[in-house]
Amino acid sequence: MAKARPESGFGANAGRESLPETATVVLDAAGIERATRRIAHEILESDPELDDLCLVAIESGGIPVGELIAGHLLELRSREIRLGALDVTLYRDDVIAHGRRPIPRPTRMPFGVGGKRVVLIDDVIFTGRTIRAAMDAAIDFGRPAAIQVATLIDRGHRELPIRVDFVGKNIPTARSQKVVLRRRPEGELEVVVQ
Amino acid sequence: MRHLLGIEDLSREQIERILTTADAMLEISQREIKRVPTLRGRTVINVFLESSTRTRVSFEIAAKRLSADAINVSSAGSSLAKAETLTDMALNLAAMNADLLVVRDRTAGVPQMLSERVGVPVVNAGDGCHEHPTQALLDAFTALQSLGSLEGRVVAIVGDIAHSRVARSDIYAFTKLGAEVRVAGPASMIPLEVEALGVKSCRTIEEAFAGADVIVMLRIQRERIEGALFPSLREYSQTFGLDSATLRLAHPGAIVLHPGPINRGVEISPEVADAEPSRILDQVTNGVAVRMAVLYLLTGGGS
Repeated sequence: MAKARPESGFGANAGRESLPETATVVLDAAGIERATRRIAHEILESDPELDDLCLVAIESGGIPVGELIAGHLLELRSREIRLGALDVTLYRDDVIAHGRRPIPRPTRMPFGVGGKRVVLIDDVIFTGRTIRAAMDAAIDFGRPAAIQVATLIDRGHRELPIRVDFVGKNIPTARSQKVVLRRRPEGELEVVVQ
Repeated sequence: MRHLLGIEDLSREQIERILTTADAMLEISQREIKRVPTLRGRTVINVFLESSTRTRVSFEIAAKRLSADAINVSSAGSSLAKAETLTDMALNLAAMNADLLVVRDRTAGVPQMLSERVGVPVVNAGDGCHEHPTQALLDAFTALQSLGSLEGRVVAIVGDIAHSRVARSDIYAFTKLGAEVRVAGPASMIPLEVEALGVKSCRTIEEAFAGADVIVMLRIQRERIEGALFPSLREYSQTFGLDSATLRLAHPGAIVLHPGPINRGVEISPEVADAEPSRILDQVTNGVAVRMAVLYLLTGGGS
């Protein structure tokens, strides 16, 4: 439905989380480009044909990262890459247990994942709770042969036994800090720490 | 927002929040596994003291697709038959730790009254001639699917405006979302003060339909009013019925809505009810998504 929401779900998030003054850039547009290209190569190394690959980007920060990785894979293999968008709000443990009510975004999974290799993609991995919710959500679309995780940033502080298979950059952070992928007014992506 | 009692109480932002949430809920019903775990362990009780198939089933499915336990209570076979008061019955249901009550009653104001006495969120599923808020929300949602925005669009509501809770809720919803609303029907069915709601009262269907983007045909409640408010169904159909000829008066690409159940050949001709401009079955599909959104938002503890 064309209202109140920009074309890419990411835009809305970026606006809400603008951190102008004390924010430090930890990964600039070129760094993001390199990191996603490397992740694409690593995905290829473990499955050169990409027959069973399903990229599943997590709303909303995972969407631009998923688009970049899919773009690199397309360049390297010139074949169609499955890319879905998964909103995990309705699977989050804080939503279920504590009644938090964030507004969900539409999930777009135009393919089944039964028997496929699913790579969940997010911008930042922190406690691991989003990935836990995403695994539950992904499994509602079929029984994947495997689920892997790719993130642009791993900032540590895991609260669940979840690991990352493909990581762009590890960044040591304090628990109280915020790490955000955002789009600059000129349109370039960057990761900042506050 | 703790209860949903009527569209009159809602701001435009609250309406849009529900519709945006419904947009995400819609996809869940298209999956093979049509269920998310969000309301796991919650109990939703549907108290339907007036007959209904569509709305009751829609609320029940909505609750179940969110993993809530849904219980239905109807007046036949309930303790109301033993003259227990409505309030006592609702207090008992709440005492069984229900998390939300959905209430339909033939008397206006019953959901409001219960919301003030029981300590759980109450959703109005239609109360007398007052409001039917989830119907208006699904009507607005369906119109937005086709039109993108309702700002400046023309909505024509035709039929028994005076006795229709759907008309009242639709008027609030569509005007709050920026549409121009017109109403038309036999003079005996148009409230004198209707223009105070910010709508235009039209004498003829031609006047109401000219340039309309959305046409809402109300159900003629033939069991209640035939003979009382207009001479015959045949005359009503000829003057205020929608067929392919009258549809041509509307804006090209206009859509047709009807809250159901339809009286084929009375307020709407079969060739229109089953044709391309009709969104009547989309309304039913969207109704589940809208009700999922309402249940989701109201079970959050008021935040």
